Amino acid sequence: MLIRLNVNGEWREADVWPGSSLLAMLRDDLGLWGTKNACEQGECGSCSVWLDGELVCSCLVLAAQADGRSVGTVESLGREDALHPVQEAFLEAGAVQCGFCTPGFEVAVADLLRREPHPNDETIREALSGNLCRCTGYQKIMDAVHLAADRMGEAAR
Amino acid sequence: MSPRAAVERPAEASLRTVQAPDEPRSPLAGAIVGRSVPRRDALAKLTGRARYVADLDLPGAWHGVIVRATEPHARLLGIDLDPAFDWSQVVVLTANDVPGDNVVQFAVDDQPVLAIDEIRHVGEPVALIAAPDLPTAEAARDRVRLRTEPLPPVLDPLASDVAFARYEIAKGDLEAGFAAADLVIEGTYTVGRQEQLYLETQGMLAVPREDGGVTVHGSLQCPYYVHAAMRRALALDDARLSVIQSETGGGFGGKEEFPSGLAIQAALLAIKSGHPVRMIFGRHEDLVATTKRHPAVLRHRWGVTRDGRLVAQDIDVVMDGGAYATLSGVVLSRGTIHAGGPYACPNVRIRTRAVMTHTPPSGAFRGFGAPQTEFAAEMQANRAAEALGLSPAELRRRWAYGIGDVTATGQVLRESVAARSVLERAVEASGFEEARAATAQARARRAADDRAVGDGGRADHPRGRDEAEREHPAHGIGVAMAWHGAGFTGSGEEHLASVVRVEVTADGRIVLATDSTEIGQGARTVLAQLVAEELGVGFELVEVAETDTSIVPNSGPTVASRTTMVVGGLLVTAARRLRAEVEERTERPFAASYAEDAHANGPTRIVERFAGYPGVEWDDATHLGDAYPAYGWAAAVAEVDVDLDTGEVAVRRIVSVDDVGRTVNPLLATGQIEGGTLQGVGYATIEEARVEGGRLLNDRLATYIVPTALDAPRIDAILVEEPFAGAPHRAKGLGEIPMDVPAAAVVAAIHDATGAWIHDLPASPERILGALQSKEHEVSERTAADPEATEEAVR
Repeated sequence: MLIRLNVNGEWREADVWPGSSLLAMLRDDLGLWGTKNACEQGECGSCSVWLDGELVCSCLVLAAQADGRSVGTVESLGREDALHPVQEAFLEAGAVQCGFCTPGFEVAVADLLRREPHPNDETIREALSGNLCRCTGYQKIMDAVHLAADRMGEAAR
Repeated sequence: MSPRAAVERPAEASLRTVQAPDEPRSPLAGAIVGRSVPRRDALAKLTGRARYVADLDLPGAWHGVIVRATEPHARLLGIDLDPAFDWSQVVVLTANDVPGDNVVQFAVDDQPVLAIDEIRHVGEPVALIAAPDLPTAEAARDRVRLRTEPLPPVLDPLASDVAFARYEIAKGDLEAGFAAADLVIEGTYTVGRQEQLYLETQGMLAVPREDGGVTVHGSLQCPYYVHAAMRRALALDDARLSVIQSETGGGFGGKEEFPSGLAIQAALLAIKSGHPVRMIFGRHEDLVATTKRHPAVLRHRWGVTRDGRLVAQDIDVVMDGGAYATLSGVVLSRGTIHAGGPYACPNVRIRTRAVMTHTPPSGAFRGFGAPQTEFAAEMQANRAAEALGLSPAELRRRWAYGIGDVTATGQVLRESVAARSVLERAVEASGFEEARAATAQARARRAADDRAVGDGGRADHPRGRDEAEREHPAHGIGVAMAWHGAGFTGSGEEHLASVVRVEVTADGRIVLATDSTEIGQGARTVLAQLVAEELGVGFELVEVAETDTSIVPNSGPTVASRTTMVVGGLLVTAARRLRAEVEERTERPFAASYAEDAHANGPTRIVERFAGYPGVEWDDATHLGDAYPAYGWAAAVAEVDVDLDTGEVAVRRIVSVDDVGRTVNPLLATGQIEGGTLQGVGYATIEEARVEGGRLLNDRLATYIVPTALDAPRIDAILVEEPFAGAPHRAKGLGEIPMDVPAAAVVAAIHDATGAWIHDLPASPERILGALQSKEHEVSERTAADPEATEEAVR
């Protein structure tokens, strides 16, 4: 079936199998490889994207459900020469190791900071509890969220 | 195809140095070494541009799947293809199609690429299918029937009479040791299977070549392990085989041996079909089919004197290797050597074996045998402290190895022993003794309440006892230590004879070449830092060659905490030689002259081969001698809250102090400690791959649980530097030791909170409640003249 959606501000379409997930469409049909597949059952958050501004696991959303709607992926955040403050904070805090969970975390963190510009530890841990990381012990991800919150807070002032 | 440029060039933005102004600098830090330069691969990973194997978009690639056995043990009589299915659209391969030896090459040639007449575990590969698309491949897989005749499986490791390996090491006079003991501390401990759970599942892409050979791109730790295994099974010569590591989403040992078989399988399908073939595991297949940490049963009997000396250790270990040997022999060897813990003891006997069962093979996982055996040793040390009425920190102060002490293998520890310094830092940073005094008071208060009020209510809390405890769960604190030999065991490094290359190319670039892989730990960054420091050039000027066996030499596998120490050391030596050679020609500093020199005189290429650490002697036959050139040392203090009604544990804080010899990159080093710590917390509290009847029960990410951000404690990682003079850069290994130490600290903290000892990992709520109900006391006090008297009382 033909699915048309707005990805990162651009209308794209693909002819997908009716049971195809949004994750599969983003990766296999649209070539957006930044969104990762690590469990396909909504347990790990590696495939986190925005659907009409709401944070979702794209493995649990059918491509058909996203038809006509807007999707934001990690690729919308920043480029290597113009990082998003969350990406900059991840770099500086050492929150990236193997990198496989990183895109999902970035999207989840950016989402959190949009809703809650100055979260405390408890709020951060709760908000990120749907994203698994096996490398960092989450410590430097926590550091990165605080760093990004401080920077974005200053910039907004 | 070339999914990555041949040589990685650092992007502009990665040149910024992360160095908070108040970051304390080590006295050992140099211009680049000892600084938290940003990792090389961060920008690509952050922007979603990094290409893992599943992201390599190769038009026309077919999809490969594996037909797996569903029984733990059976005779394979035949493989039937459903005649109703159109088999012309797919390629099907069985063991008969393996052109070379039907063996996945490791120390023991027992594991076939595809089972031929006997099935030895659930999930064992039996046949391979490739099709132009994944649904067709999966449909074909469902139409294959394995004709089998069930055989009785061996599922209990203690009942297995097939041992993949056995060791016995002894020192001193065990009988005399127990005769001198006033107390004997006995215990039997069990540890469960643990899944590595790298976020990126296993994956391989094999591309057939015009020369009849094959190139594989994959998620892997050890390119030359894969290369050697492919050469053997595919009967191809070196020149027609290339192994290229794609960006790898974590390994932790899980991509040490397993990718070798998968690469062969993908290559077979690619050669047969004439198409590139992708084999990317879903999480379910990854959990079912890949190796886990060896479960183990550990029996200890330690003799101590009333004045607090450790005089005898008698240790017996059984590890469950699963159906094939994989790396069980070496896992067991490391576990054996570390089994006594970092404690000096004059009389020691350690007997170990790794046995065969009809369960999925166990394999490498961060720590490699040491987390299992050191957990038991630390339990013993903590229980000994309790029996002696000593603080567990004070007991370790007395027992911990120091310079001049002799290990169980007879190794004299001549330098770089930081056992006491890591302990003191951990005790100090955690406020261990103060916290311990407070938890003791709380325990006494609870006991008094129980006596005074019974179950009805609590004197100091108007709403009753239950509510009081929900608001104030029992708090506990515990300590543990670890040691971890860096590099291969014994003569392993000599046999590996690793090779690295550092060169100035004809066009004036500096390139280091090694097959050491970047698996998230920061290898590419750390190795480039070491070379840049040695050459006196900027970090950004040192390129790291692509991890492709047709480009890089065999520097050995990326395992065993050896990359920074062993491979890093070789690169430093190579860089020193390169610098000297160029400077001799130009008579100017290397940094100012190497580019001109290359222009005038062409490339300068230094190849450095490992030639042994000075003074290290090891006897393979007796398993005695200098087991490792150097050891890392660690201490951890854990704080937990335990809900006494439900048995639930919340780990609140871990202080982990690790000695690394010399820190190359503090941010990356503390990242290793924090990540290893949380894996250790998971091991202690919630993680267990449960196998029943030969089948994995929790075979989804919804049921194999790992810690989330909500479960994770605050982790304070502290680096200690006790330089290792045997390495040119004085650094030791770090990757594994943070995993060795937390489990016993967490269990000690649970004991401190509740008074109950949990002998079995994970310390689940069920086990905690069970222990609280029985509150057995396993410590037996008696005279040493009757060592057998309490055998029955062990568990």
